[in-house]
Amino acid sequence: MKRLLVLLALLAAGLCPAGARAEALIAAMSSHQIQITSNYTGSQLTVFGLVERDGRTVARGDPYDIIITVRGPRRMLLVREKERLGPIWINRTQRRFPDNPVFLLVASNRPISEMMSLETAQRDRIGLANAERPSGSWVDLDPSSRRFRESLVRIMQAKDLYGYAERGVTFLSNALFSAPVEIPATAPTGSYTVDIVLYSGGVPLARQQTNFEVIKTGIEQRLASGAYDWALLYGLATVLLALFLGWGASVIFRRD
Amino acid sequence: MQIYLPIAELPISVLTVLGLSGAVGFISGLFGVGGGFLLTPLLIFLDIPPAVAVATVAAQVAGSSMTGVLTYLRRKALDLKLGGVLVTGGIVGTVLGVLFFNAMRRLGQLELVITLSYVTLFSIIGGLMLYDALRAMLRVRAGKPARLKRRGGMHPWWMGLPFRQRFYRSGLYCSVLPIALLAIVIGFIGAVLGVGGGFILVPGLIYFFRIPPAVVVGTSLFQILVTMTGATVLHAVTNQSVDIVLAVLLLLGGVIGAQFGGRAARNLNVESFRLLLALLILSVGLRFAIELFIPPNEPFSVVVPESAR
Repeated sequence: MKRLLVLLALLAAGLCPAGARAEALIAAMSSHQIQITSNYTGSQLTVFGLVERDGRTVARGDPYDIIITVRGPRRMLLVREKERLGPIWINRTQRRFPDNPVFLLVASNRPISEMMSLETAQRDRIGLANAERPSGSWVDLDPSSRRFRESLVRIMQAKDLYGYAERGVTFLSNALFSAPVEIPATAPTGSYTVDIVLYSGGVPLARQQTNFEVIKTGIEQRLASGAYDWALLYGLATVLLALFLGWGASVIFRRD
Repeated sequence: MQIYLPIAELPISVLTVLGLSGAVGFISGLFGVGGGFLLTPLLIFLDIPPAVAVATVAAQVAGSSMTGVLTYLRRKALDLKLGGVLVTGGIVGTVLGVLFFNAMRRLGQLELVITLSYVTLFSIIGGLMLYDALRAMLRVRAGKPARLKRRGGMHPWWMGLPFRQRFYRSGLYCSVLPIALLAIVIGFIGAVLGVGGGFILVPGLIYFFRIPPAVVVGTSLFQILVTMTGATVLHAVTNQSVDIVLAVLLLLGGVIGAQFGGRAARNLNVESFRLLLALLILSVGLRFAIELFIPPNEPFSVVVPESAR
């Protein structure tokens, strides 16, 4: 609660008497760094935001809608499909998704389908299925490409690395909102971007971007960097430790 | 209790890992096989990246076979001379296997090669062993000796090839060539499948060379110890996928399990030993066959290529 108050004070201090006619978005993260220690089992962050408006901002007939998209580090992903070849099932076709985020979370204050049309969502890359859609509509002409992309999203959702929280954003007042961001332990290390977009009546009004990072610290970080920087030494140390434990067991359990 | 693995990059339940490695260690101590062919698929099932699973299991197998080697050495059930021949052949086979492995990876069919080899190898070896063990049991029932006694002057032809050597511990007088060939084949298979190869070596030595099971187990463990020590360092240097935290956990469970397994082996007669090993190998083969023949629920899979990690 105290943290929230501090944030609110910060947000209030950020209000400036600009001559803006449209709304502006101010956003903050409860933390910009997640540290992985040996008892790490995932973490939770909170995105706070404020829809800033002044006397000259036009009155809106529709309520404010917020959509938050969290994207993790990008890697090349391979999606493979098993097909029947004679009596056996083997991976026959595969499709590469270069530069695809390994973590993707979309949160909104109400279902996206209630906020905007399907076309708008596709154009603005809103929602789990659209967030990584390449720009242009030609992609939809290739049904197999769509099948692979849909499978990618489905499988990543099953692994808890992709997710959509249709009521993950809560309005604390007319203008102040917050959203929890669950980072599972399997989410990769690296930098994450958080995109926040304000909609009203299906029209984007303002957007804001912030970020955070997931890093290993302490012994976890030292072991991981040791494995890369001192590969031979690390390998020898591991094997010696293994042999020592093996020898130790034979001494402890020796009966004769 | 959960602990985060620094290289595999995920948390894992300590008790689960200890339990699994303890059970596999027991089997390893009982049969003198490394246990890698059981542990690696189990770890992959727990979401550990395959490269990390293969590399870390190598370290675990090295450690747990160390315990076995010391135990068998004390009981004088280890033929170092035979072990030396096996290690030399194994190194040649491993190099050939790594070359084949990389060629298949370039062709993009490595996964299929691995699954198919698991199915064929395990089914054939397990099936043959099961057939033989059952036949031996039936002979015992019928009141005949369990197997034809080894008699002087009655050797298979391959034992009489040139370069004959006397292996005192094994009670063997045999050409080095077929033993080296067996070791090369095992090194090759081991490198391709990421397993130590004990499950082929043990029946191979028993069936082709009629070496007493007690000596076979110790000698096989020796060969595995040397190969897996090298494999661990090689994995650490070439792909940085050895997870030291996971290795320690696997070892703690494994060495303790192996102790109990080693003791149980002394109370097991040869016939049930062979029957159990046959069933174990056959069931692993079946498990991979199911994957190959049953239509999958989810035909799609997502992988992050290792090079991009």
